[in-house]
Amino acid sequence: MTDIKAFLKHYDGPALSLMEVCGTHTASISRCGIPSMLSPQIHLISGPGCPVCVTVTAYIDRLIALSLEPGCTVVSFGDMLRVRGSRENLQDARARGGHVTMVYSPMDVLPLAVQHPDTCYIFAAVGFETTTPVYALLLQECIQRNIQNVKLLTALKTMPPVIDWLCTTRSGKIDGFLAPGHVSVITGSRIFEPLAQRYGLPFAVSGFEGDEILSALYALVKLRRQGKVYNLYPQCVTHDGNEQAQKLVNTYFEPVAASWRGIGSIPHSGLQLRREYAQYDAGSSGLTADHEANRQCRCKDVLVGAIAPHQCPLFGSVCTPDTPCGACMVSTEGSCFHYFQNRRGMS
Amino acid sequence: MKITTAHGSGGKETGTLIQTIFAAQFQNPVLDRMEDAAVVPGSAQIAMTTDSFVVDPIFFRGGDIGRLAVCGTVNDLLVSGAVPQYLTCGFILEEGLDTDDLERVVHSMQQTAQEAGVSIVAGDTKVIEGHGGLYINTAGVGFVPEGRVVGARQIQPGDKVLVSGNLGDHHTTILCARLAMETEISSDCAPLGGMVGALFDAGIAVHAMRDITRGGLGQVLNEYAKASGTCITIEETQLPVSPSVLHLSGVLGLDPLFMGNEGKLCAIVAPRDAENALQILRSSPYGADARICGTVTDQDAGIVLMETKIGGTRVVPELYGEGLPRIC
Repeated sequence: MTDIKAFLKHYDGPALSLMEVCGTHTASISRCGIPSMLSPQIHLISGPGCPVCVTVTAYIDRLIALSLEPGCTVVSFGDMLRVRGSRENLQDARARGGHVTMVYSPMDVLPLAVQHPDTCYIFAAVGFETTTPVYALLLQECIQRNIQNVKLLTALKTMPPVIDWLCTTRSGKIDGFLAPGHVSVITGSRIFEPLAQRYGLPFAVSGFEGDEILSALYALVKLRRQGKVYNLYPQCVTHDGNEQAQKLVNTYFEPVAASWRGIGSIPHSGLQLRREYAQYDAGSSGLTADHEANRQCRCKDVLVGAIAPHQCPLFGSVCTPDTPCGACMVSTEGSCFHYFQNRRGMS
Repeated sequence: MKITTAHGSGGKETGTLIQTIFAAQFQNPVLDRMEDAAVVPGSAQIAMTTDSFVVDPIFFRGGDIGRLAVCGTVNDLLVSGAVPQYLTCGFILEEGLDTDDLERVVHSMQQTAQEAGVSIVAGDTKVIEGHGGLYINTAGVGFVPEGRVVGARQIQPGDKVLVSGNLGDHHTTILCARLAMETEISSDCAPLGGMVGALFDAGIAVHAMRDITRGGLGQVLNEYAKASGTCITIEETQLPVSPSVLHLSGVLGLDPLFMGNEGKLCAIVAPRDAENALQILRSSPYGADARICGTVTDQDAGIVLMETKIGGTRVVPELYGEGLPRIC
């Protein structure tokens, strides 16, 4: 590790931009102080891998409307409560009588549903390949136990199509990807192979410890311009992934075009409930509208790595974790949140 | 027996409740007078504080709401440089509460008060509708010895940062209880009079001291850095966290640096006294895992920095967000 650290600190080759796609990697990079350990020639860019940050405002608005319907309770992870829709967030809705409950796991909705059979519980099912199997499990459990009062409002996304979009559409160059470790546990490292080959870029699948991330960055710098996938997280990630989880997801969900905040619709980049399970859907289709509350908010540019968070005019002045304008400042996986909290890029 | 609204009527049932549960446990000459206010001897400088306790569940590994209600207020007085003397307690009982549970809590309060060397000299009870819940407010008075000044303004570059033991135990205990997870982790809920007294008795130059409750060490240090206009640099490898808390917090996405404790303090002491202070903490009750974990500098005013275990440097931010509700 000493050699790797010295190499990354003193690297003086061509300037490189490496993108970490996963929000948990963004958090680990900040937590470990990794930017302070890199040569100025190595730039880290945060990508669209925070599930809350990429959710469009129409989805939040729908959750708010559902929370205000008699007999409905919206169930969500904590981060989603503070993300603004077109006018307000779920916390605001709760304050004016909306029914919103925060949980740590989707499965926590089951005892609630059993205890209160007259309430319809709507789970805010956002996430990537990592989280979707848990929603599939929740659904399986509901079906097996004949629990009728749980529904999902889905905004589920998949990684490869958005990385493909970044490689073809983004104006600035990307020299390599720190591939998401948790996603790869489910999908296997193979899902990145077509992208690596097509664009001639290295992908390093990494864990979340500081040393693991440094090793992955070292691999990306050393092997730049090579269209290969390197699995540097073999203790958890296999080539083919967790096939049982993939099967479970395929049982209940099918690919669909998904709307990404600031990006728009990307074909096949999302998952929706299959038609035979439509009764468990709380109206997820057609939620494509995306209105920033503040027109100066540049979340969309931050999400695709076109600008660093501190280059947004609202960053740190109007937009802070206390008064977030965009989703990237709300979520604990959001890149603006981490840049602000850790003063990355600030004097 | 269950608590009913009659117990809050102010009539016979209230009197019976007070006599059989509260007065029976808390008895002391001041309280036994049963006047509307406790009249007690005083001091030139007194410290006063109050705190309310709404923890859910009321019984947890390593403590209960009663022990918490005494420790929380006593520790607030101690870290202000005061010697705690008297507490008052207000109980809000929800209808349906089991009096056996109430008695257990009150007994625990009395035992903790005895351990902390304080007397509970006044109290109040109210009963409200509900589902058997129990909430406690305690207020405390302590006497500050002449010439003792402790506070953020005393912090100077060069000072050392000490923490009295493992971080995050209480927070993890409550979270595990809520999630119905079986663990060996216990709350650290404890009165810290022994270690604080020993530091002052040994003449340690304690410049500032805080008990590390909600918000954790990260928040305490940020408040210190801001209030004193200094920079505080901590070393990640020197932060004491038990392996089980480290593991669980990793799984749950929590940072022990921002997790709540109920029996830990952070002391900022003059550099010449740091080693001596560490030995005193380690030989005190509840201080076995104490560490020197940081240094005050004049590098970047108002900032807390961490030297990470992999050799990086980062800013330790202030805590944002809701945290865990009803932890104390």
